Amino acid sequence: MQKPPLKQGEFYQRDRRWHPPALDRNYKTSVARSPQFPLISLENTVSEITGPVFGHNDFAPVDNDLLKNFAQPDQSPVGERIIVHGRVLDENARPVPNTLVEIWQANASGRYRHKKDTYLGAIDPNFGGCGRTMTDADGYYYFRTIKPGAYPWRNWVNDWRPAHIHISVFGTGFAQRLITQLYFEGDPLIARCPIVQTLPDPAAVEQLTARMDMNASIPLDTIAYKFDIVLRGRRSTLFENRLEGN
Amino acid sequence: MAQDLNYLKETPSQTAGPFVHIGLAPGAAGFEIYDQELGQDIAGPNASGERIRVEGLVMDGIGSPVKDVLLEAWQANAQGIYAHPEHPGEVEDGFRGWGRVITDFDTGEWAFDTVKPGPVMGRNGQMMAPHINLWIVARGINVGLNTRLYFEDEAEANAGDPVINLIEWEKRRATLIAKRSIRDGAVVYRFDICLQGNDETVFFDV
Ligand SMILES: [Fe+3]
Repeated sequence: MQKPPLKQGEFYQRDRRWHPPALDRNYKTSVARSPQFPLISLENTVSEITGPVFGHNDFAPVDNDLLKNFAQPDQSPVGERIIVHGRVLDENARPVPNTLVEIWQANASGRYRHKKDTYLGAIDPNFGGCGRTMTDADGYYYFRTIKPGAYPWRNWVNDWRPAHIHISVFGTGFAQRLITQLYFEGDPLIARCPIVQTLPDPAAVEQLTARMDMNASIPLDTIAYKFDIVLRGRRSTLFENRLEGN
Repeated sequence: MAQDLNYLKETPSQTAGPFVHIGLAPGAAGFEIYDQELGQDIAGPNASGERIRVEGLVMDGIGSPVKDVLLEAWQANAQGIYAHPEHPGEVEDGFRGWGRVITDFDTGEWAFDTVKPGPVMGRNGQMMAPHINLWIVARGINVGLNTRLYFEDEAEANAGDPVINLIEWEKRRATLIAKRSIRDGAVVYRFDICLQGNDETVFFDV
């Protein structure tokens, strides 16, 4: 395979004031796991601009259907049937095609299928709780799943996570690597959750809140929620410092 | 008001939480769901270069192992080429250069097998010493942490590495150097990561 030379430059710097700080005392686990020294700022090299490439051989078509990917034949998981869909874009509002999106979540009773989860909520024999897919040429992705339940967690005595889906996205460069969480509009637990509230800007919380999308819902079957994901954008090479400098 | 720049805001990060394994390594969470899990073979069967094992612990601010961490590795092949369409050059068939590893839930130890990468051309014609890029997520980590693993036996290349030399505190540069040993005839590099404190690993804003 003959490869074209680098055409684009660095990723825009991350707005660290938009992301949560490493240390937030109301999220107790962060106290001993947050670096104290400042991050060393690095201008992108080829190590950051490149990243893993995935293809359709890496997963199965059913992997994005959590209603089916763990259920017994002719059975379904318990819970509200939903579609989560949207586009992966960059900060320039350009679609990010062929990128891997992975999700994981609790079942309708707020229980994870994980040997370390001991919550009272029942395990659902027909629900695994993870899925993955690749965006299409327009950056579009979708999953079918059930709406996860809220669950309690040990932080302050009576803390509950709002219903949420964990999302992992790659982009084209390792510097775009991102893990985040999707919340559902109207959930009163969002405002009370110490993990959500690590975000310093209420507008960032809004960005993580999926909106109900009746146009994409399937009548008598599935309610849709729309959730666009934005990865770091890149400079064009018009006025670029030499990245490779040969 | 001046014109709008019309940039979108990056989706803000949230912690991967304690159950990241369900999504990214379900076998470790205790169930079989996918035909194949991603990231378990970094170099593939055809890669040239020295076969190595990389292992370590991630420790928190009081020196306790972090047992629910997930690490991803991204590296060039032995010729210093990344398996990516934008990096000119060829990689061996089956070489992806990307891997994903979780810790043993009881001990916190993690390990992956790969080949030792070659030096990579950096910015402005400055050669970077062989390195593996690492990305670390876990419960309590609000934004994934980026660091680089360099190799103890590349002292000369490390001394000229433009990224290592950006680190003003010379003493902290040592946190990026993996220690080489031979165990049962195999090459092992030890790379312990410290999230916080005096021995804190250098993390990068990439
Ligand atoms: Fe969760």
